[in-house]
Amino acid sequence: MKNERSKKINKNILNNVITIGIIIIFYAICQIMIQTGSMSNLMKGLLVNLCYYSILAVSLNLTVGILGELSLGHAGFMCVGAFTGAIFTQCTVDIIPNTFIRFTLALLIGALFAALFGMLIGVAVLRLRGDYLAIVTLAFGEIIKNFINVLYIGLDGKGLHISIINTSLNLQDGGKVILKGAQGISGTPQNTTFTIAVILLIIIYMIIVNLIKSRSGRAIMAIRDNRIAAESVGIDITRFKLLAFSISAGMAGIAGVLYSHNISSLTASPKTFGYNQSIMILVFVVLGGIGNIRGSIIAAVVLTLLPEYLRFLQDYRMLIYAIVLIVMMIFNWNPACIEWRKRHQIKNLFNQFSKKKEA
Amino acid sequence: MQMGVIMRFLSSLINGVSLGSVYSIIALGYTMVYGIAKMLNFAHGDVIMIGGYVIFIFMSTMGLNPVIAVLAAVILCTVLGVTIEKVAYKPLRKASSLAVLITAIGVSYLLQNVALIIFGADTKSFSPVITLKPLNLAGGKLTILGVTLVTIPICIIIMIGLTIFIKKSKAGRAMLAVSEDKDAAVLMGVNVNRTIAITFAIGSALAAIASMLMFSTYPSLSSTSGAMPGIKAFVAAVLGGIGSIPGAMIGGILLGIIEILGRTYISSQLSDAILFIILILVLLVKPTGILGKKFHEKV
Repeated sequence: MKNERSKKINKNILNNVITIGIIIIFYAICQIMIQTGSMSNLMKGLLVNLCYYSILAVSLNLTVGILGELSLGHAGFMCVGAFTGAIFTQCTVDIIPNTFIRFTLALLIGALFAALFGMLIGVAVLRLRGDYLAIVTLAFGEIIKNFINVLYIGLDGKGLHISIINTSLNLQDGGKVILKGAQGISGTPQNTTFTIAVILLIIIYMIIVNLIKSRSGRAIMAIRDNRIAAESVGIDITRFKLLAFSISAGMAGIAGVLYSHNISSLTASPKTFGYNQSIMILVFVVLGGIGNIRGSIIAAVVLTLLPEYLRFLQDYRMLIYAIVLIVMMIFNWNPACIEWRKRHQIKNLFNQFSKKKEA
Repeated sequence: MQMGVIMRFLSSLINGVSLGSVYSIIALGYTMVYGIAKMLNFAHGDVIMIGGYVIFIFMSTMGLNPVIAVLAAVILCTVLGVTIEKVAYKPLRKASSLAVLITAIGVSYLLQNVALIIFGADTKSFSPVITLKPLNLAGGKLTILGVTLVTIPICIIIMIGLTIFIKKSKAGRAMLAVSEDKDAAVLMGVNVNRTIAITFAIGSALAAIASMLMFSTYPSLSSTSGAMPGIKAFVAAVLGGIGSIPGAMIGGILLGIIEILGRTYISSQLSDAILFIILILVLLVKPTGILGKKFHEKV
């Protein structure tokens, strides 16, 4: 019994080592290619994107796969993180000259605010049964964009000035406007590097994998599998649901901070933080396997690179995403398909093969 | 001056009831499907968009009579709704609700992108189906749009018709039975699959009518123009109590009034945010909605 358990733990550790190994090898290959100059500019521009898409996919998998709830506003949480992180950096660029400390603080603040919004939504929705989370997060993702587009923030000697709709901020002389409504934030120092992004991806992967294996993680999965049974053994359902959901939102916030410190001008447009982005992250999770953290990373990388290299796919990209969602679900859950998969498993093929040999 | 303020308020109120009537027709589709199939049909909003395109093509491109265009939209949307149910939702009847929800989002996304590829990304200008002259009251100070004069009666007729259908007809009572207890309904000889298909058919037909009314008032038509009204109608359904038909009507009209008043008196850019805050408040205070029933969970 004990032996079996330690075997299982060993297998888990092996799995993690493999995943992190793949990430590090990928990172090393990319670095070598950059050093030798054999990497195209297109690919160089995509490297950081790969990391934050992977972070988004992994964190959404925590909500969808481990918690068993659907969030359609993951891009919204990313948006919150991106803007709070960028505003923080803009405010403190003169006060904290050390880039490392400032960027770390920006990451923490972005994560904190995104988690806070996740908490706010979760408190209202997660104590209910039914599909409310999906629609509320969808509405949140759409509305946070509208809100930022009418938000004006400026900084002067007196501190932060915030104004909604009204463009005049009454700044003192020497004050600067940070967020200009629909024009967004421009001139954020581009602190994100491929190395930092990869390190963050590994840290986030470790956090999620450890969370799943911890007592809390098992409680969360128990809620997913049978709510009533979990409740009757004394698991505080709302607390654990909130925990998982706000961690997931906070990680999306980190991805947002990485994003906002990687581009020159940040705007809350539908293209960057819209519904389509949230769906794309969901497709990463579904294609990589719901609940499979490594799969999410692989799917995120493959689905980001594929349309860049196969240009003809670009026009039909979203159509293909839609079909992926429907087909994967029916293939995984339809009783007839489950039956078919059982009959055509690779293991069975081997069995048939060996039987023939024996005969 | 005083008169002008009152008239402005009255005309927003009337516009609100008109918009709210459209929301309540859409919300009916959500609430019926949710009550009977226990699923959130995300694609409902996009069926409205397809209905809008069908009317647009029949009227503006082919130059046909508006009545024929609307009839065609009703028929095509009904077929579309039933097909979606057959192809995407029926194979997942026994699957987890997460799987069904993801499929529904897939269908919604599919409809949006098929429309994007077929009709292009540019916004089409919908020519109004209803060409009734606006009504001038109080010496021209209060104007009621022609669409409004049609929308509110249509909404009332649909509500009464649907209530009678569900209470009196055999199919309607089968719907009630399935929503109450699916397994018991099967034992009583109700054909559950057919009942769910009928529900989708009615919901989609209503979506076509809603699209005619909605695009006559707000004539910009694009592949995503069904999504936001869909979400709002869902908020209306939750507000009124999901699963309840009179609840959908009350919730829809309340929501329409709140939206228009918010747009007139607070900010047009934040009116959607106000609706969202209302949804959160309803879920916090009374998640069953105004007329919703409390479900007791059986182990």
